[in-house]
Amino acid sequence: MRTLLFEIKESMLIALRAIRANKIRSLLTMLGIVIGIWAVVVMSTAIKGIDNSFQTGMSALGSDVLYVDKWAWFTNEDWWKLRARRNITMDDFERFKELANLPSAVAPVINSRQVIKYGDRRVDGVFLNGSNADYVKTTNFTFNMGRFYSEIESKSSRYVVVIGSEIAKNLFPRGDALDKIIKVGGINFQVVGVLSEQGSWLLGSWNPDNQVFVPIGTIFKHFLGQAWNSITINVRAKNPTLLEETKIEAEGVMRKVRGLTINEENDFSINQQEGLMSTLYSVVGVIQIAGLFITGLSLFVGAIGIMNIMFVSVKERTREIGIRKAIGAKKRTVLGQFLLESSTICLIGGIFGLLLAILTSLMINQFIPTSVQYDAVIIAILVSLITGVIAGLAPAYTAAKMDPVEALRYE
Amino acid sequence: MNIINMEHIARVYQVGSEEVFALRDVSLKIDKNEYVAIMGPSGSGKSTLMNLLGCLDTPTSGKYDFNGVSVSDMTDNQLAAIRNKEIGFVFQTFNLLARSDALHNVELPLIYGGVSYSERRDRAKQSLIDVGLQDRMHHKPNELSGGQRQRVAIARALVTKPSIILADEPTGNLDSKTGEEIMVLFSEIHGKGNTIILVTHEEYIAEHAGRIIRLRDGLIEKDERVVVRHVPKINAVAE
Repeated sequence: MRTLLFEIKESMLIALRAIRANKIRSLLTMLGIVIGIWAVVVMSTAIKGIDNSFQTGMSALGSDVLYVDKWAWFTNEDWWKLRARRNITMDDFERFKELANLPSAVAPVINSRQVIKYGDRRVDGVFLNGSNADYVKTTNFTFNMGRFYSEIESKSSRYVVVIGSEIAKNLFPRGDALDKIIKVGGINFQVVGVLSEQGSWLLGSWNPDNQVFVPIGTIFKHFLGQAWNSITINVRAKNPTLLEETKIEAEGVMRKVRGLTINEENDFSINQQEGLMSTLYSVVGVIQIAGLFITGLSLFVGAIGIMNIMFVSVKERTREIGIRKAIGAKKRTVLGQFLLESSTICLIGGIFGLLLAILTSLMINQFIPTSVQYDAVIIAILVSLITGVIAGLAPAYTAAKMDPVEALRYE
Repeated sequence: MNIINMEHIARVYQVGSEEVFALRDVSLKIDKNEYVAIMGPSGSGKSTLMNLLGCLDTPTSGKYDFNGVSVSDMTDNQLAAIRNKEIGFVFQTFNLLARSDALHNVELPLIYGGVSYSERRDRAKQSLIDVGLQDRMHHKPNELSGGQRQRVAIARALVTKPSIILADEPTGNLDSKTGEEIMVLFSEIHGKGNTIILVTHEEYIAEHAGRIIRLRDGLIEKDERVVVRHVPKINAVAE
């Protein structure tokens, strides 16, 4: 045991000496691993970051909400068939609300895109969200300032607006949004609330941060004719475990509201995030696999580079190996020396790559929230070590089994 | 007691389908504190004999006892251990590690022998002092002259206190004056009780030894005592 430790220590010193003695070559060899580890770590942190922001974004929308809609989010039905469905009206909503017992909150929603202005600042194509006071109960919104509009305000279609955090940032860089009058599609609205940051950049215009919320009546009055537009009914279950029952009840209630007979098909769809989640997840999954595959490939190429250089190095140092063997280096000592050399090179390269990756992810963090995880650090170090051992194995074995007589004669 | 005892040693190389006899039938004994020169023209088998004596290679047939232990059928690792502890090599081309300083070169066999750091440092320094290189310890081979490099190699050979010193044309790459200095050093080392085996093709160099073994075509042609020994001028060292 003691002699083994001694040998490992001495082999380590010999390997370090050899690395130091061949600085340029060692550095070039390292480069492959630096790039490989850097790419893998950056990719995996970026993926992790995307994943995280996706998760938080989705939970802001509420995972226990059903969307009763004329349109289906995911369907094999023909578009014209869905188009032929009757619109969902405010009357449908009122009756639905009356009949459904399980939901904790029900709200009618209609959307429009409008320009929003304050003074000479403007934001184009903002997702305008019209609903009633119960809408906020179907979400997990938190407020930075103010409040959601009240029942009275929504019933009487007052010109009040709640704005998302991004909109607020754009229109009111100094953060003094509350009570200001802004123009939504040319109509004056008073800001009564500002949301704190909710969602994620991933959701785009789905992100509540990029939306504004007004009483539904104001939309009907100024932007969309009530007669020609279908609303969505947001239905929130009391808790996620009751989602399925709530859905079944909603279907029954909705059929009743629409007056469907037993052999008529549903002329509405009940959408939920699960479908959205799984579709988006499969996309993210493909990106993950492709990304890791490509970056893994660069690490693999780096490893082949190391193996190549170690082979050259063994060949070039044939005489040195001969000398070492002549003065008493055993096979395993030579093997150990070259293995340790390649794994030390890889380890140093891996650590460099990791540091670079941390720097890069700090830079990316300006755009996408990322963070290097501890497990990524440990995995990167392990992977570079293992790469070194594997890449060094064949060359080291070649060196170990050299015949000292031949090796000494090598010019 | 003989340090080296070879009986009917043959070494055959397979070249393609042909068998080449580098050594046919060699028997020899070498005693402790002998100074032996091995001579012969090229192709006579002296390199092969030297490799066998140095345990770098094993014979195809025959019996080779080193210090009473048979090395004919030792494993590679056992041979490595014998080379490390019992044999000190001095080569024509010095064979130092180019990128390591003199001290590390001398220290190397002790590392492989498992000697602790402080002890091997001391021994390597002492060995370098013994060959007159006390002020060149941290020079790399390319910062040393040919004679100095060979002294480093000799220090490396001596540092493990081996049973024999095997020198293969140690003056072959040196000018005659430096070569003479190296031969003085060998005589001194021999004088301290070491056993030296010297491979050379120069009669003048061989005459420093007490015994000359002449090889031809893989056989011992002559094994003779040197009657008029060439005694080097000791004061050559002082320069």
